[in-house]
Amino acid sequence: MTDVWQLWTYLSQGPLLWLTLTLVAYVAADRISLLANRAPLANPVLLAVIMLAVTLWVTGTPYAVYFEGAQFVHFLLGPATVALAVPLYFNLGRVRKALVPMLAALLAGSTTAIAVALGVGYALGLEMEPLLSLAPKSATAPVAMGVSERIGGAPALTAVLVLLTGVIGAIVATPLLNLLRLRDWRARGFAVGVAAHGIGTARAFQVNETAGAFSGIGMGLNAILTAVLAPLAASLF
Amino acid sequence: MIFHITVLLVFQLVGEVISRALFPVLPGPVLGMVLLLAAMALIPRLATAIKETATGLLGHLSLLFVPAGVGVIGHMDLLVAHGVAIFAALVLSTVLAIAVGALVFTGVAKAMGLADD
Repeated sequence: MTDVWQLWTYLSQGPLLWLTLTLVAYVAADRISLLANRAPLANPVLLAVIMLAVTLWVTGTPYAVYFEGAQFVHFLLGPATVALAVPLYFNLGRVRKALVPMLAALLAGSTTAIAVALGVGYALGLEMEPLLSLAPKSATAPVAMGVSERIGGAPALTAVLVLLTGVIGAIVATPLLNLLRLRDWRARGFAVGVAAHGIGTARAFQVNETAGAFSGIGMGLNAILTAVLAPLAASLF
Repeated sequence: MIFHITVLLVFQLVGEVISRALFPVLPGPVLGMVLLLAAMALIPRLATAIKETATGLLGHLSLLFVPAGVGVIGHMDLLVAHGVAIFAALVLSTVLAIAVGALVFTGVAKAMGLADD
């Protein structure tokens, strides 16, 4: 028994265990998602996060210890964002052709995300700090947190809101867009990237390669536009 | 494979430097993406070379959000403190933004006669 305890103490402090468990949880979540025919509710990010959160809770492991191992996966977000240039490059002809619809959808989607979030939050009586933290939540996390800080929100709360926005977007996108009878993969992907950044883009890549490419563009463009629009909208309050 | 990763990291690094020096609003990786796109337009061979690694990485984009997602669970108290209002704002704004964005895209594309190839 003490041997097992010693082994656990040794493993749980190093990066190997938590890095491996992060990958194991993801592989399992991805299998479940595949078995569920990529049903939106069987979202692999959500499933893996729940599995790992329960594991941390049961073993009483602090997040900082977990992150020692998981940081290697987290780090790859940077290179993966750079890699979004590749599908963009191979779709460049179609992107050029759709430039006007894209810019119109960007402006409409980004404005809607910010205005509705602020409007609903205000109408339901949110205090100023959480309200302002909501404004940039459709942009990718580093941009959203930076904007939140500048306009008087709480960056830590914004990080939570950004992630939830991504998961909500990834879950609602398919049924919502089917309901609207929209079949253009460019439009579907682009709108999801604008509203639900990288997690929405991950979902788009799961569903259709064109949707993924356009979602990546939507995410990149909305990172820029949110940095402009959110401070403007916040100045109204 | 190592070469491909190196290319991605070099562009991220250059993007990071430019972000710090000139555009602190935009994150380094987003600028790195723009620079890589420009580089591939100049050197098409680069695009075919890194295509497989890039596609492989993007095929598992979901994995990369897991560590941050686990961190969010620990901060749920921040969210719970603001109750239903903040959750309603999140759901409504996300649903409407996706619907409006996709409808505007399709509408403008149709009006301009730009069907997909």
